[in-house]
Amino acid sequence: MSSIHLTAAEMASALSKGEVSSVELTKEHLDRIALVDGKINAFLYVDSEGALTQAEAIDKKRAKGGELSPLAGIPIAVKDILAQKGIPTTAGSKILEGWRPPYDATVISKLKAAGVVILGKTNMDEFAMGSSTENSAYGTTQNPWDLSRTPGGSSGGSAAAVAAFEAPLAIGTDTGGSIRQPAALTGIVGVKPTYGGVSRYGVIAYSSSLDQVGPFGRTVLDTALLHEAIAGHDERDSTSINAPVPQVVAAAKRLDVKGMKIGVIKELSGSGFQAGVSARIAESLELLVAAGAEIVEVSCPNFEYALAAYYLIAPSEASSNLARFDSMRYGIRIGDDGSRGAEEVMSATREAGFGKEVKRRIILGTYALSSGYYDAYYGSAQKVRTLVKQDFEKAFAKVDVLVSPVTPTTAFKIGEKSSDPVAMYLSDIATIPVNMAGIGGMSLPVGLAEEDGLPVGLQIMAPLMQDDRFYRVGATLEAALLAKWGKPILSNAPDLAAQK
Amino acid sequence: MAAISRDDVAHLAKLARIEMLPEELDHLATELGQILGAVARVQEVATSNIAPTSHPLSMSNVFRDDVVKPSLTNEEALSGAPAKVDDRFKVPQILGEE
Amino acid sequence: MTLDYQAATEKYEPTLGLEVHVELNTNSKMFCSCATEFGAEPNTQTCPVCLGLPGALPVVNGKAIESTILIGLALNCSIAPYSRFARKNYFYPDMPKNFQTSQYDEPICVDGYLDVEITTEEGTKVFRVEIERVHMEEDTGKSLHVGGSTGRIHGAEYSLLDYNRAGIPLVEIVTKIIPGTGKYAPQVARAYVTQLRDILRSLGVSDVKMEQGSLRCDANVSLAPIGSGKLGTRSETKNVNSLRSVERALTGEIERQANRLEAGERIIQETRHFLEESGLTRPGRSKEQAEDYRYFPEPDLVPVTPDAKWIEELRAKLPENPADRRKRLQAEWGVPDSEMGSLVNAELVDVVEETIKLGAEPTRARTWWLGEISRVANEREVAPTSLISTRSVAEIISLITSGELTDKLARQVVEGVINGEGSPKDVIEKRGLKVVSDGSALMAAIEAAISAQPDTAERVRGGNIPAAGALIGAVMKATGGAADAAKVRELLLKHLGQG
Ligand SMILES: [Mg+2]
Ligand SMILES: [Zn+2]
Repeated sequence: MSSIHLTAAEMASALSKGEVSSVELTKEHLDRIALVDGKINAFLYVDSEGALTQAEAIDKKRAKGGELSPLAGIPIAVKDILAQKGIPTTAGSKILEGWRPPYDATVISKLKAAGVVILGKTNMDEFAMGSSTENSAYGTTQNPWDLSRTPGGSSGGSAAAVAAFEAPLAIGTDTGGSIRQPAALTGIVGVKPTYGGVSRYGVIAYSSSLDQVGPFGRTVLDTALLHEAIAGHDERDSTSINAPVPQVVAAAKRLDVKGMKIGVIKELSGSGFQAGVSARIAESLELLVAAGAEIVEVSCPNFEYALAAYYLIAPSEASSNLARFDSMRYGIRIGDDGSRGAEEVMSATREAGFGKEVKRRIILGTYALSSGYYDAYYGSAQKVRTLVKQDFEKAFAKVDVLVSPVTPTTAFKIGEKSSDPVAMYLSDIATIPVNMAGIGGMSLPVGLAEEDGLPVGLQIMAPLMQDDRFYRVGATLEAALLAKWGKPILSNAPDLAAQK
Repeated sequence: MAAISRDDVAHLAKLARIEMLPEELDHLATELGQILGAVARVQEVATSNIAPTSHPLSMSNVFRDDVVKPSLTNEEALSGAPAKVDDRFKVPQILGEE
Repeated sequence: MTLDYQAATEKYEPTLGLEVHVELNTNSKMFCSCATEFGAEPNTQTCPVCLGLPGALPVVNGKAIESTILIGLALNCSIAPYSRFARKNYFYPDMPKNFQTSQYDEPICVDGYLDVEITTEEGTKVFRVEIERVHMEEDTGKSLHVGGSTGRIHGAEYSLLDYNRAGIPLVEIVTKIIPGTGKYAPQVARAYVTQLRDILRSLGVSDVKMEQGSLRCDANVSLAPIGSGKLGTRSETKNVNSLRSVERALTGEIERQANRLEAGERIIQETRHFLEESGLTRPGRSKEQAEDYRYFPEPDLVPVTPDAKWIEELRAKLPENPADRRKRLQAEWGVPDSEMGSLVNAELVDVVEETIKLGAEPTRARTWWLGEISRVANEREVAPTSLISTRSVAEIISLITSGELTDKLARQVVEGVINGEGSPKDVIEKRGLKVVSDGSALMAAIEAAISAQPDTAERVRGGNIPAAGALIGAVMKATGGAADAAKVRELLLKHLGQG
């Protein structure tokens, strides 16, 4: 009997009782990857050897009765945007093909120290620029619910791996919704922690003021366990918050929302959202009311400008962050035939090494920062950022958490939006304000849309460093939904092993 | 409505060190025009009395002590180098300023 | 008809602007914990941060901030209550991130000044150089150009990069335009850089070695016809690697610009390179268009907001201004300008002051450091202070003053100490370097001298006192300089019936 369908918390319990070893657990997941990843393409690199070595070490430590952290011995998948010493790290880009970092990202160090078993690196939109993984230089990831659909992005590989039972947990990054959106489209839980809550050291930067690392899990508690394992102050990240980590695991165990005020954002509901999505959200709100919460409608009038501001701020920062990929110190080099100067070789390498979307955003960002346009574009976008923050502050003065759908639609078809960048950008409309304000947010699966049978995600947002609040609300709602359905949402997904 | 010419894109591509093909420049000029048309909306509400936010957190004075910690070894530093000579990175000839 | 410098400055008014880059002498780099040692093996003082590896993030060195504030305070600047780093975006292989983390519109120190004194045929003149800003940034790596015949970049086949210097903290000190210096422009520039260097050294924030590049000066100058009230187009001269070069480069550039203007040509705004051999400048490779640096606030760093308490603590640490201190010491010691100048040039002012504080007689302290000790130091190409401590020198001088050592013996003591024979006392003991003032010991030598030169002795007996010099010299020689010359004279004359 395979353990892969257990939750991470259940795996931890089985490990501590000696019902299963970490090596067995790891092998089962490696077998699962071998069986289904050909269909999903969630992984860019599987480190079987490293994973088994780590699993063995944990089993030995456990046998000796050593002190182990809660997730010790449990496998995980990591988005290929985190530097891992000696392991190929590409950020989904051809320009970094073959690069093996000489150092570990802080989150990787923390996972290793906690005895978590890293199975490998997952697929993503190149440099996290995208909402479908179609922008990966290494092929698209398929949604386990429907292989003709995208799992979302940019952390689509991580989300798909968890939804396909290739790993119970995964790490993603979220700059404009890149954890929450794929979590919603694959029916799992994904959290974007408060900015500065998790170290960015070793995370290949897309947009420094927006990027945040976060956890994926199949349950709220699993997600909280991973959140606590990776969070905390890091002196190597100047923007890391030097304060105690919110007690998210305790919050995920507190199934109680009595007296809590939940705000529904007027601008993120109704028109523009798929009917099946809206229906599931409404149903969730009813369950929360039944659990004792009060629903309040709030208005955030400036959110409609957030998407535009995001598509100026993120490309601007990216144009600078991605300048280092110049073929001088690492990565591929194109056109160095002895006749061309460094500048030409840089330009040829960047032309060949970057994908279309990356080049588009670099050029857009270069434009927005250039003299004469800075004030009108980058400067104005930063002002919108102030307005979005103020909208949140006003709303949180009235309510404890805010909710909205995560995405306007359920998972879309691969290729459906890839030729229309503006349409693709719209899939992040509900997630972007959270990144702009730096606050945390959760995507919780709340059922399947009637019209297509695909998962729907509810977004729960809390003020800065109050991440425990969305875990509390999420766990309460999760329990109510499970009681209603009688089985986890993923048991509705098709059997991948049986599919062609 | 921001119109972006092909020459504008060529200039930006040069600033960004991306050697673009003519058809790529044409295509991007059109696309960029559309995207800029959409994002220019920010100007509708960005009035002069609003302070810009460049960072979500209001933190300041994050400093390190002036203490030396181990560096990478020369081998580690050069481990990803596309080309090297002995202990240095080898790069194509640098044209430009001396 | 070409204008010489004199003629050029009679017709045109130069306006200066100076940008000085100073490498701070912190232990670790500006944004990472790599060492900053000069001359280490290539790429051994690098890490993910200063190599610009994907994912790496900067963290500000607090000591570098303190040093920059100290510099600002010493230059009479206001310290900004809020300042930020910005990214200056441009591609260059020696710059790992392809942006320099610098400061742009929010520098840490602004609006200061430095009063600069120069000596002219019309007497001493003081010019106030206004400082626009003092800001923090980081240095680049170093490239070595290989192949090609000229040794210049154009001919190089490839370049080799060492990133040890990348990320070393740099402070950039920018003056406002300096008008009204007239023909003294080059002299004012040199004096400014000199005085700035002395201040930086007194603060202990930098090694300030122009030849090693820890202090670099870019000199801007423009010309306008005298009385026009206008500003001309400026050129910026780089690669100025010594104080003398600052003066030469500007002199040459003023002449060049004046002659262009005379010929009816335009001055091009450009970067020029100073050529050490000829004293001329030559144009850098002109850029097709002005670089657009696309500055924006560095999102990986948070603002620097020094509070008043911190600033006042730093202000309390400021040493006396070197120029004021020099004047004070010169008056105290009562030395002429020329000698004070020698002490300053030899970087011995501090050392002499300390030696005096340790009880040495001022004139002797100066003479010994500037003379014998500097001579040996020059021979061995080391710093005088690395040879002997101020304590030892003060001790030796005290022994001279008290008559226990003669100058000649003292020279031997100094030599012994330098050669590692121990403290001055040890050397005196081991080498037996005691002044011989014991009458009976000296009498033996005196009698030996008289019997060796009977004729001379006879002349002295006959009243020719100056002739005694030869006999005294012989005694001194016989005693290896250890005799007290006055005592020898006294005994000798007495012995020959002249006492
Ligand atoms: Mg500078
Ligand atoms: Zn470093």
